[in-house]
Amino acid sequence: MAIISVSGLKKSYKSSGKKRGGLVEAVKGIDLTVHEGEIFGFLGPNGAGKSTTLKMLSTLLAPDGGKATIAGFDLLAHPARVRRQIGYVSQAGGADGSATGREDLMLQAQLFGLSSDDAKRRAGDLIQALELESFVDRFSRTYSGGQRRKLDIALGMVHQPALLFLDEPTTGLDPLSRAQLWNQIRLLRRQGTTVFLTTHYMDEADVLCDRIAIIDKGKIVAEDSPIGLKRRISGDILSLKVNHVDNAVEVSQEALRDLDFVREMNADGSSLKLVVTHGGEAIPVVLRLLESRGVGVADISLSRPSLDDVFLRMTGHSLVESGSISTATHAGATSAATSRANQPQAKE
Amino acid sequence: MTFFKELRLLFVRSVKGSLRNPVWLFLGLFQPALYLLLFAPLLQGLGNVPGFPAGGAYSVFTPGLLVMIALFGTAYAGFGLVDQIRAGVVERLLVTPASRLAILLGYVMRDVVVLLVQSCIIIGIALPLGLRVSLPGLLVTFAMMVLTGTLMASCSYALALILKKEDSMASVLNTVATPLLLLSGITLPLTLAPKIIRSMASVNPFAYEVTAARSLFLGNFHDSAIVVGVVFLGSLAALAFIWAARSFRKGTA
Repeated sequence: MAIISVSGLKKSYKSSGKKRGGLVEAVKGIDLTVHEGEIFGFLGPNGAGKSTTLKMLSTLLAPDGGKATIAGFDLLAHPARVRRQIGYVSQAGGADGSATGREDLMLQAQLFGLSSDDAKRRAGDLIQALELESFVDRFSRTYSGGQRRKLDIALGMVHQPALLFLDEPTTGLDPLSRAQLWNQIRLLRRQGTTVFLTTHYMDEADVLCDRIAIIDKGKIVAEDSPIGLKRRISGDILSLKVNHVDNAVEVSQEALRDLDFVREMNADGSSLKLVVTHGGEAIPVVLRLLESRGVGVADISLSRPSLDDVFLRMTGHSLVESGSISTATHAGATSAATSRANQPQAKE
Repeated sequence: MTFFKELRLLFVRSVKGSLRNPVWLFLGLFQPALYLLLFAPLLQGLGNVPGFPAGGAYSVFTPGLLVMIALFGTAYAGFGLVDQIRAGVVERLLVTPASRLAILLGYVMRDVVVLLVQSCIIIGIALPLGLRVSLPGLLVTFAMMVLTGTLMASCSYALALILKKEDSMASVLNTVATPLLLLSGITLPLTLAPKIIRSMASVNPFAYEVTAARSLFLGNFHDSAIVVGVVFLGSLAALAFIWAARSFRKGTA
């Protein structure tokens, strides 16, 4: 059953700065459905409209148009009822640095109507489940990034919401904290909570989410399971790096374009990315052809399509290129690779 | 859950936060204390100047100082809110079922309490220096301080929610607070001022408040400035609170 159904949701901002007075369309009329009990990922580069959408769905921002039903209530007509059903953890977190984690958890639970005894019990349970004991009674301004993130998420789920919104939950975390957080999110799903998270990390969307919506420039360009999305690109990805002399890239493109097994080709600097029907058969043919044209190949590799390839296909540009890659991404990517290696059967 | 239970929870939380950073409470008092110790004595020689109010230097200056800590202390409450917005605390509270009004009032009440505590400390310092004050008059003055605190804190929060940046807030607040201070007769009574300044001050609620507080300190309840001041400040406080509440409702995105 759908816990979120959205149609035509949109939001514009008055732009400040250079184009003063103009309207920036942050979200341009999106439709999406999230099913009960799934981990739903909203994947897109920074500035794609992810946070704006999340703020609208969690009643923080009034949409300019469109409709949404969340946990059975109309978002526009009954924001207060929606609030009782959801938890929301913003990018900034939400823990009050001048309070201890335990105090903050108690306050949050009481604001959701729990008695002070129940709040104490519930905070105690969460502290145990999320392993916060060692630091929860210190002021949260003294926490490390990972500790703080754990508390933020605990604050979002203290009232056992049916639906939890997480805005970029792992941004800036070290690989270990990131892996721990993923496990916590999976635990939530096992307990029946629906999780709606935004991310600009492909690996996170791929490994963690049951279904993904890809958003770019305020529009959803695809919505499916990670496997389903990758299946849209049938074939293998052949990545090539040619020696950067004269017009080697142009010559290669020219030569490869006519091969009947090459379905798509994208060039970026001295790198070429081809979508080919059968990678194993393509490699020798490609190498021989390029050699005959006098192009030296520095590197060649074969891979299954990734979500970035899907993103590239859908939007015409790469997620990694669009400015969202950062040192945190590199750290995250390493951790994702390890975690994927540890659980080869998790997906596919 | 009732409104009052929410309010109590949020108020207690804000007060705890302030008590854990008492240094701000005292830093806010440092400048007024200097005025009391280093400036008020200068007024002692002015007692016989025509136009100088009765009651001696401290009874003239201390009421003005109370208004000053509201203008230059409580008006900066919004800086704390900018911090909380940045940390996501405000968004987190707004996504709970708690009444938006309770969330705002929880902050404002804390600031009013802080202002009253600071006022008591200022009076505690001024008493041994020679301040004489009528107790009923002081209570009415404190009631005016509650209105002033609500007014300044609300404006500051509305600004914080609109500007979301400390530096732009600081310039707006300084631009507004400085003329209000100069035109309220805090340092020197407006009775000494030329006519043009006096007529400008006649639209400044804080000028009425200072005049009213001076009369109240002497136990004189017949000064018309008291009624004008209370009505003026009360209406502005109500408007400012509505402004802040609307800014809160509009969200913190």
